[in-house]
Amino acid sequence: MKKNLIEDPFEKEREEKGIGEMNDQNDQVTMVLRHRDVRKCAHNWKDYTSAAKPGRIVIPSEVNIRETRQIPFELDPPKHGQYRKVIEEWFRRPLKEDYQEKLKSQIELLLDEVIDLEQVELVHDFALKLQSRALTLLLNTPFEESETWISWGTHVFRSEGEALDGDKANILYDYIDKEIKRAELNPTDDLYSMLLASAVEGKKLTHEEIKGVLVLTFAGGRDTVINAVTNTIAYFAEHPESLTHIKEEPEIVGKAVEELLRYFSPLTQIGRVVKTDSHICEHAVKADTRIGLCWASANRDAQVFENPNEIDLTRKMNPHVAFGFGTHNCLGASHARQILRILVLAIASKVESIEVLDGEENIEELGVFRRKVGYHNLNVAFNKIENK
Amino acid sequence: MAKITFITNDGEKTTLEGTSGSVMSLAVENGISGIDGDCGGVCSCATCHVHVAEEDMERVGEASEIEAVMLELADDVTEFSRLSCQIEISEGIDGIVLTVAE
Repeated sequence: MKKNLIEDPFEKEREEKGIGEMNDQNDQVTMVLRHRDVRKCAHNWKDYTSAAKPGRIVIPSEVNIRETRQIPFELDPPKHGQYRKVIEEWFRRPLKEDYQEKLKSQIELLLDEVIDLEQVELVHDFALKLQSRALTLLLNTPFEESETWISWGTHVFRSEGEALDGDKANILYDYIDKEIKRAELNPTDDLYSMLLASAVEGKKLTHEEIKGVLVLTFAGGRDTVINAVTNTIAYFAEHPESLTHIKEEPEIVGKAVEELLRYFSPLTQIGRVVKTDSHICEHAVKADTRIGLCWASANRDAQVFENPNEIDLTRKMNPHVAFGFGTHNCLGASHARQILRILVLAIASKVESIEVLDGEENIEELGVFRRKVGYHNLNVAFNKIENK
Repeated sequence: MAKITFITNDGEKTTLEGTSGSVMSLAVENGISGIDGDCGGVCSCATCHVHVAEEDMERVGEASEIEAVMLELADDVTEFSRLSCQIEISEGIDGIVLTVAE
C-alpha cells in the first residue's frame, strides 16, 4: 500500500502558466490554478457566472443528467443572496451545543461498532455510514432515513465505473420529490418543512426550488465528507505521532482540521461560465466556455503556504479555500468542520493506532492532471486504547 | 488584562475583558453577534472581520501580508479592517474599540 500522500499534480502548470486545460464532455474548462486568481475569479460573479444551464458549473458537467437547478449554488447575486438568506441560519445549527452532542454520540457509537473488528472497510462501512447518519442531523429527519441513504452507495450521481449515472440521480430525485410531498401533508421540524414554509420576495418556494436546495445538500456533502473522513483516518494511520499530539493537546483540533482540509481539498474544483471574452494569467478565455476554480491547486500554492505539501497540524496562518471562497462559500462547512473535529477527538480518545491493510485509490482524471481524492475502498484495523 | 469594546451591526456596545488569546476567541466565547470565527482562527474564513477605531489603529497594528490578502476581497473592507483572529490580546491594546464589519 502506497503512502497516504495526496500529491499536488498542478505545481508545474500553476507556477509556469497559472492555468491548466481540460476537456470535459466536449465542454472546455480552463482551470485556474493560483490562490490569488482562484479567489479573484470566485469573487467576480459578474464575469464568471454560476447561473448557467443547471449542471454546467459542476465538473464533470451534469447537464445531461440533471435539469433541476441547485439552489443557491447555481444562482448569481442578488438572487443568490435572497435564497441563501432563507437557509443560512439552518446550516449554522451545527454550531449549537446540542447538535454537537448528538453528532458526538453518533460518531462515538459508530467508532465503537468498528473498533473491535479484525478489519473494517472504511469507505462503505464507516465513512458512508457516518456521513449518512450525520446528515439526518443536518436535515433534522429521523435517524432511520440514513439506512435508505446508505443503501444508495457512495455516490449519489456516480456508480462504479461510470462517471455519470442518470439512473442513480433519479433515485435521489424521486426520493426528494416524495419527501417534499410527505412534508407538505405532514409538516415536521425538518428542512423540507422549513423550506415549504419559506418565501423569497413574498413568494413561497416552489417544489422545484426546494428540490434544488435538497439536491445540493445531498450531493454536495456526500463524496466530499466521505473522502475527508477516509483520508483523515488514513493520515492518522501513518502518523501515530500526530494522533499522540492530538491526545496530548486536544485544543489544537480546530487548527488540525483546517490543515487536513487544506491538504485533502475534498472538492477539487467548481466551474463558472465565462460571460464575455476575458483573460486569466494572460491567457484568453472565451465567452460561453468554462473556468474551473481549482481549490485543490490554490491550497498548495507556495506563494501563500510555506511547505505546502507538508501537513502541519499547528499551521497558524491557513487561508485555504477548501470550502470555496466568496459569496458561494460552502453552506455545509459548519457541519463538515464539526464532523471532522469530533471524529479526530473521538479517534484520539479511543484509538491507540491504526493499521492500513489494503485499498484502492480514487484518482480523478482531469485532462493531463491525475489527482487522488481519496479511496474507492480502504481496509484498516483499529487498535483500541485498553482501559487500565 | 485588556478591555475591548465591540460595536455590533445593531449598534450595541459590549466591553469585554481578556488576558490572552485572540480577540476573535474572546468575542466568540461571549457571543458577540457577527463574529463567527468559523475556521477557529487560522485566517481562512474572514468571518471575524472588524473595523478598528482610527485612533486605535496604530496600537493594533497593520494586517500581515496573508491577512491583507484575505481582506482584499472581503465585503465591507476599509483601511481600518482587520481579522480579529489575528489580533492577540495584550495590555498594549487595552481600551480599543472594534466595529463588527457587515
